[in-house]
Amino acid sequence: MIIAQRSLSGSSQSPRSPSSQPFLSVSVTDPVKLGNGVQAYISYRVITKTNFPEYQGPEKIVIRRYSDFVWLRDRLFEKYKGIFIPPLPEKSAVEKFRFSAEFIEMRRQALDVFVNRIASHNELQQSDDLRTFLQADEETMERLRSQETGIFKKPADLMQMFKDVQTKVSDVVLGKEKPVEESNPEYEKLKHYIFELENHLAEAQKHAYRLVKRHRELGQSLSDFGKAAKLLGACEEQALGKAFSELGAKSETLSVKLQREAHQLLMNFEEPLKDYVRAVQSIKATIGERANAFRQQCELAETIKLKEINLDKLMLTRSDRVGEAEHEYKELKAESEEATRRFETIVRLMNEEIVRFQEQKTQDMGIAFHEFAKGQARLANSTADAWRSLLPKLEACSSA
Amino acid sequence: MMGSENQGFQEAHLFASREEMENLVLDEPLSNLNDHQNSNSYSSYRSAISSLSNTTHHPMSLPILATPADSDPLLSPPLYLNPNAPDNNSYIEPPSYADVIFSPFDENSFNGLESTSQNPESSLALSRSPSSSTYYIKITVSNPQKEQDTTNSLVPGGNTYYTYLITTRTNSPEFGSSEFSVRRRFRDVVTLSDRLAEAYRGYFIPPRPDKNVVESQVMQKQEFMEQRRIALEKYLQRLVEHPVIRLSDELKVFLQVEGRLPLPTSTDVASRMLDGAVKLPKQLFGESTAVVEPHEVLLPAKGGTDLLRLFKELRQSVANDWGGSKPPVVEEDKVFMEKKEWIHDLEQQLSNASQQAEALVKAQQDMGETMGELGLAFIKLTKFENEEAMFNSQRVRAADMKCLATAAVKASRFYRELNSQTVKHLDTLHEYLGLMLAVHGAFSDRSSALLTVQTLLSELSTLHSRAEKLEAASSKIFGGDKSRIRKIEELKDTIRVTEDAKNVAIREYERIKENNRCELERLDNERCADFLNMMKGFVVNQVGYFEKISNVWAKVAEETSGYAKYSF
Repeated sequence: MIIAQRSLSGSSQSPRSPSSQPFLSVSVTDPVKLGNGVQAYISYRVITKTNFPEYQGPEKIVIRRYSDFVWLRDRLFEKYKGIFIPPLPEKSAVEKFRFSAEFIEMRRQALDVFVNRIASHNELQQSDDLRTFLQADEETMERLRSQETGIFKKPADLMQMFKDVQTKVSDVVLGKEKPVEESNPEYEKLKHYIFELENHLAEAQKHAYRLVKRHRELGQSLSDFGKAAKLLGACEEQALGKAFSELGAKSETLSVKLQREAHQLLMNFEEPLKDYVRAVQSIKATIGERANAFRQQCELAETIKLKEINLDKLMLTRSDRVGEAEHEYKELKAESEEATRRFETIVRLMNEEIVRFQEQKTQDMGIAFHEFAKGQARLANSTADAWRSLLPKLEACSSA
Repeated sequence: MMGSENQGFQEAHLFASREEMENLVLDEPLSNLNDHQNSNSYSSYRSAISSLSNTTHHPMSLPILATPADSDPLLSPPLYLNPNAPDNNSYIEPPSYADVIFSPFDENSFNGLESTSQNPESSLALSRSPSSSTYYIKITVSNPQKEQDTTNSLVPGGNTYYTYLITTRTNSPEFGSSEFSVRRRFRDVVTLSDRLAEAYRGYFIPPRPDKNVVESQVMQKQEFMEQRRIALEKYLQRLVEHPVIRLSDELKVFLQVEGRLPLPTSTDVASRMLDGAVKLPKQLFGESTAVVEPHEVLLPAKGGTDLLRLFKELRQSVANDWGGSKPPVVEEDKVFMEKKEWIHDLEQQLSNASQQAEALVKAQQDMGETMGELGLAFIKLTKFENEEAMFNSQRVRAADMKCLATAAVKASRFYRELNSQTVKHLDTLHEYLGLMLAVHGAFSDRSSALLTVQTLLSELSTLHSRAEKLEAASSKIFGGDKSRIRKIEELKDTIRVTEDAKNVAIREYERIKENNRCELERLDNERCADFLNMMKGFVVNQVGYFEKISNVWAKVAEETSGYAKYSF
């Protein structure tokens, strides 16, 4: 894996001194195809090495599949609102590509990165769900997973969806059609930045992918050209024939190098760019959560105001419903404070996260660029070398 | 590196400035240019470069650079790198020289795979001198103009056609002056080509450009004219580079005589058939000569107006193929037969290689384009990050991106320049493929000459046996048979003429065979040199450009090496 444990501010990673500093390191390995036909899937070995007290022992190995990772991501997203949850690789749409060696390797790498990012995040690494994911036996995992996925969502989710619809309807009815938004110029700037960034990155990633293809195509055409040159050489005699054959052979050699470089480019340049895009999409999800939290806070504030007025009215009229109303009011107040707290947590977390995100991405991209440049330099060098080595042979042919 | 570093987001300029180019030292001219052992690889690259003139030479002429004494006053002095260059970085210089010749950023000049002739006017072409002399001739075709056909136009308003200005520059004493021009239309070129085909049977005559009747209707005027102009230029240049044809009167007349082309025009097929059809009854009923005159035998039956001769030869060729007995004379030359097979094989491989070369060129082109697009995408990202930066880490990232982006744009340019060079080098494959057509022509001259001989021999044996029969019959009658005797006399006359014709035909056949042989030898000699030069040029090109590309990326790797400790 190209991204080993990274020391970020505040993370606790030190594989070299296991006993002293707390550490948690994970690797996702050994993809194996299981099942048959449409039901077939890939399972991975997830190896955890840690000295965290809450974990069972220094090392644990479990078997997990893609949907388990999805479960983990969803749980974290629910619990840790405000934190940019590391992104997962996409589900592959195209059937026949699903089990190609390249795809499997790319996914494995991405899943490894995913888990390790969680493991090296101060807060996320404390998560119970993470511990469950890394330690629970396969049956438990399957049970948990099937609770989440599919059309049967948890009752709480359904309630929330219902409430959202209610709010929307009442808003429309009451004429409050515009969604309530923060009036924070810096935050506005950030939102705008994130949305724009996604577009730019997607374009860069698109061209990176095309570049991989071009390498493959050039490799193929060099191979074909090499074969043709060899045939021409067979047709010609002596020096000329030899020269063509050498040319053909060199072409074929270079073709192999190009295919190899295409693979490197895919893994070390295009994939990090895709990962970047996914990370930005994850941020967008968090932005959505913040908007929800803000709206809830606002709604509750509104509701409280109304309740206050009502309560005062009731108190003035010495109604016997005062007690009840007071009770309701207290409850609402607590809820409102809770909502405010939740919202402010998100704001605080996001502020920290964005700093971390920018730093992380600078590093990720720096690595990717470095690998890209190294690869291109390597390719160009060996191309020049290969052709250069042909020149004395061509000279020999001319003087022959 | 030469050229300026890029500023901001401006595209890097990669050409050396004019002054830099002109200051390249012109050392002692490489004296023995043919001697590949003497010259270092750079000069052999140079001779390869000279093959990149847009009026690409005919493959059959030697790749000699014009010696300084004869250098074209129009060309800037040939630039040679100091042959005592201390290191192997000589490969880096040629591409920069190439920068100057071929303006790589003229997007229009690279239409798909139309290989050469981008800037005819500004070419620094060093034309080749043909094997026989050290004189050079260079043809330029330009300035198409519309003209009216004033003679017997049935339609009022007349026929319009286009003429081209054909300019010859030469220092050969064969021609009156060193520079002259004429105006010719395409029809004149067809006439020239037909006359040459008749006069130079057995030679590998460069094929003329197609008439392209459909294309002339369908294509845009401008595009079609340009395509035709280029084709004409190439064709004429190849003609003057052929060691035998360049001396022909037909060509000289075509290039020099102003006004109407004073060569007999080829009557078109219809009127030929008409003439022949008119003659035929007379031939059959003995009113005009049913006999082939000796001089007629010098031309193939197919192109002529003598239908009877055509039919006889056709009958003969059928008899050759299907008849039980062997024809009187056959192609005996085993060496020739082997050569013919080999030519066929060569043609197939050339065609294949030519196709793959085109695919390779396309792939290189695509690589360059995509690399450039990637670079531009990152430049946009850089700008964006810089504008929206809230953290320093963003600015650092923007700087890294810019580094990558400018490298990508540079690399993209190198790929595209490399490619336009590759096209010119590999064009040799296309050229030789075209030459195969000429070879076919020469071989079919030979077989039609042979057919003529065979036909005449058959006819002679027929005439002889007829004469014998008549004499036998007539001797039986005492005192002779007046009418039979007369017939025998006539027959004897016919036999004499036919004998003469046969002798002429045989001589012609032998002559064509000899032409074939000479040309094949020339092909053998020159093919080797041309293809080796092609390969050398191609390879040197690849080396030079990939060295440059490698440097570009090495710099980026260097500048991002701080991140290396984080990667695997």
